[in-house]
Amino acid sequence: MTNDPTRGSFLIRGAAVLGKERTDLLLQDGRIADIGAGLDAGSATVIDADGLVALPGMVDPHTHLREPGREDAETVETGSRAAALGGYTAVHAMANSSPVADTAGVVEQVFSLGREAGWVDVRPVGAVTVGLAGQQLAELGAMADSRARVRIFSDDGICVSDPVLMRRALEYVKAFDGVIAQHAQEPRLTEGAQMNEGKVSAVLGLAGWPAVAEESIIARDVLLAQHVGSRLHICHVSTAGSVELIRWAKTRGIKVTAEVTPHHLWLTEELVRSYNPVYKVNPPLRAEEDVLALRAALADGTIDVIGTDHAPHPSEAKDCEWAQAAMGMTGLETALSVVQHTMIESGLLDWEGFARVTSATPARIGRLADQGRPLHAGEPANLVLVDPAARWTVDPQAMATKGRNSPFSGRELPGAVIATFFRGHPTVLDGKLNTPDRSRSTAAAAAGGGK
Amino acid sequence: MSSETAVGASRVVMSAADIDRALTRIAHEILEANKGSRDLILLGIPRRGFPLAQRLALKLGAADPDLDAAAIVGQLDVTMFRDDLARQPTRAPERTKLPASGIDNKVVVLVDDVLYSGRTIRAALDALVDLGRPRVVRLAVLADRGHRELPIRADHVGKNLPTASAEKVRVRLCETDGAGPGWTADEVVIEASA
Amino acid sequence: MRHLLSTQDLSLANAIRILDTAEEMAAVGEREVKKLPALRGRTVVNLFFEDSTRTRISFEAAAKRLSADVINFSAKGSSVSKGESLKDTAQTLEAMSADAVVIRHWASGAPQQLATSGWIDAAVINAGDGTHEHPTQALLDAFTMRRHLAALNGTDSVGSDLTGFRVAIAGDVLHSRVARSNVWLLQTLGAEVTLVAPPTLLPVGVEHWPCKVSYDLDSVLESGMDAIMVLRVQAERMNASFFPSTREYSRRWGLDDARLARLDTLGMTDTIIMHPGPMNRGLEISSSAADSPRSTVLAQVRNGVSVRMAALYLLLSGDLRDPVPVYSPASARRPGPAPRSTNETGGNAR
Repeated sequence: MTNDPTRGSFLIRGAAVLGKERTDLLLQDGRIADIGAGLDAGSATVIDADGLVALPGMVDPHTHLREPGREDAETVETGSRAAALGGYTAVHAMANSSPVADTAGVVEQVFSLGREAGWVDVRPVGAVTVGLAGQQLAELGAMADSRARVRIFSDDGICVSDPVLMRRALEYVKAFDGVIAQHAQEPRLTEGAQMNEGKVSAVLGLAGWPAVAEESIIARDVLLAQHVGSRLHICHVSTAGSVELIRWAKTRGIKVTAEVTPHHLWLTEELVRSYNPVYKVNPPLRAEEDVLALRAALADGTIDVIGTDHAPHPSEAKDCEWAQAAMGMTGLETALSVVQHTMIESGLLDWEGFARVTSATPARIGRLADQGRPLHAGEPANLVLVDPAARWTVDPQAMATKGRNSPFSGRELPGAVIATFFRGHPTVLDGKLNTPDRSRSTAAAAAGGGK
Repeated sequence: MSSETAVGASRVVMSAADIDRALTRIAHEILEANKGSRDLILLGIPRRGFPLAQRLALKLGAADPDLDAAAIVGQLDVTMFRDDLARQPTRAPERTKLPASGIDNKVVVLVDDVLYSGRTIRAALDALVDLGRPRVVRLAVLADRGHRELPIRADHVGKNLPTASAEKVRVRLCETDGAGPGWTADEVVIEASA
Repeated sequence: MRHLLSTQDLSLANAIRILDTAEEMAAVGEREVKKLPALRGRTVVNLFFEDSTRTRISFEAAAKRLSADVINFSAKGSSVSKGESLKDTAQTLEAMSADAVVIRHWASGAPQQLATSGWIDAAVINAGDGTHEHPTQALLDAFTMRRHLAALNGTDSVGSDLTGFRVAIAGDVLHSRVARSNVWLLQTLGAEVTLVAPPTLLPVGVEHWPCKVSYDLDSVLESGMDAIMVLRVQAERMNASFFPSTREYSRRWGLDDARLARLDTLGMTDTIIMHPGPMNRGLEISSSAADSPRSTVLAQVRNGVSVRMAALYLLLSGDLRDPVPVYSPASARRPGPAPRSTNETGGNAR
């Protein structure tokens, strides 16, 4: 394994780790072999990182890779390429595939597809209920014990609205240190909902998705989590009221973590006035005051992590009437830039904070031992080099994801991923896809005469 | 060059007095051609044809005290009958107002300010047939500048104006144009093209 | 004005221009020959994704009176069992060289998407989209009110607005595109609008609208109204708990016989009763209110053709390749000094 040609050594020269002092990093055998000024390159390939920021590889707690079932929208291969380009070294693949990832078989399939692709760690999320139907618990233990070692369970896309089922799920996953990631959306309050309910929906005549539908579920679930002493994760928090509830829960010592998407940190419901379905997303874009509350919450730790909720759709799902259009936006390849724009350039977060919300904390929530680690000698070499001074204009046609539904299309964004190292292997170099890490694919294992 | 060019590129070809004299003459011609004021209806084509029709009616009334000048004047909008609608920016239509007596079996005199290609009058004739069936239709214009594109001629002409097609003929009337810096109301001007 | 998508973005000048043009169109409707050659050679497509015979025949009559060719395209289908997509349908119409598409759609925003997506070059007229807008309905309502006001004042309706005219709009505002279009247009024209509805049938966010809101029809009537517009209420709303029963609805918010009589006792002799139709007699409006001399329901239908003729004429008669220049009817109609410029129909007319 050690003389595997895909796993050469690299000396990163002069990167600003977490945006602080410049140093060299030597990557060898999948780990950070050494860190410090003036390291000897030896036989390692030298990468000039002058002006670049070194960050731990990003970890997405919330990605839709669409495979199996909707390979027209995205595949594990295309989605994980997009992830690597976006600076990610691990993504959690949501369970709403077809078939639903509600058995050990499906999660192992997704896990294997991720290993074959070799761009990032693909960690399947298991469904909470069979078929996301909200009736009966899926075999959570089997998924946890599978090769995929599932730790995050979610019916994302659909809320686990039955309070008894939610309570049981929260309790049950304690057996294997799992967490329920709730898509907080009271279903009856959001029947036919098309956009945030408020002054814009009133004018546009689009059925409203009221903030209270999110907040009432969060209020209930933090109380349930407190009652049964379980871990709870709230997906894509979108309202100022939700922030208040989570802040309250945390002061009470409730084990709740929360996620916000890059788009909810920037975009508002005003964009819906165009009736352009690229802005249709669930939960919907909210008002300016919600955006500001979400940014403040991410800065003060009330919201723990960035989750892209990357949701690619084929173009016909967006080239239609608003009411018929699919909900969701792509996000893997724009997340870093959008967070830099909204959080770093606004002074709310520094790069160390960025690493916390995009890497360390999401890895801890998903119980990923090799991800989200500090950039120290001996740690796995999952890291990303970012040029914070770069500016680029979003062109969905040029992206690696199959989805063309980026709400940032045409916008100029700051910050570019120059290189991504996944287990010491450069998946991205010079801002372009390099090669995947094949060392753990079955093909490589067979060639090496392994299991 | 002549003194006319001293006033920039435009020259006044009819003064207020000229216009008034021309209308007086036309009024008498109309009465003569019609052998009196019987069944006469004057329909002005917006915008400047209408005040000209009103003025003509007053002169007819002056010549024939039995005539109710206000009752014989109407306005005929031809906008929606024009053949160049699709070649011009959109125009809102003006109002069409007919005298209470209608136009059936009447002697309708169409009144316009300038006769040029003849296309406006062509449109007016089309508009007219949708409104009724006059016994006779005549045409009175303040000025005829030539360059006809259709077989149309005026029965009563205030003044024939030989013009180059690149020139512009402007009619200003106090009812529609008021007065402004550099000119008083009621005049006909020929402007060279810019 | 390239499209007519909503009344919210309709300027006062353009609104007056449409209403004034509609007056001329109405005059045509009273002639023996009810036809104008203005849109000869233009093709108007009525693209209806939702049944509405009334609106379709009104647009069809309007287009035909202007001599346009009319193609009726019924693309009705439920959101689930959709056949062709809006995009494909639009491109089909484009291939057929439609100059205007009159679109009725169950989805809010579909006309705007059609106009802005780049799928089609034709002018788009919104004939009602979801619960968003129905601009020609609001224009015909305003036209009806303006004529009523002019008749009362003994003035010419042309060029006038609705300053000070008090309008109550009663009923299911939440689901009403008619209410939305009327609120924006009437506000633009200077009218004072009061919405009257059960709180469940008012949208969250209505407090930002340029109108008053009340839950009490009786007190609104007592405050004095020049027009009462009653909106259709679907009895099925009862099943979604918007109100407990049709009986309770009609007792609290319906224009019933008692309230009709109150108009007389309150001395509101000139107050008109409007309804966009179709009416649910006995629910939001009683038969005697609908058939009373105050009712303008049939005048609204008649005026609908004139207003739609005006919209089609103004969108389609000019050179479609050039944007329509800004036009100010107020200055064009004002007697007295006019700008020193060439008059289109004057000296240089061809």
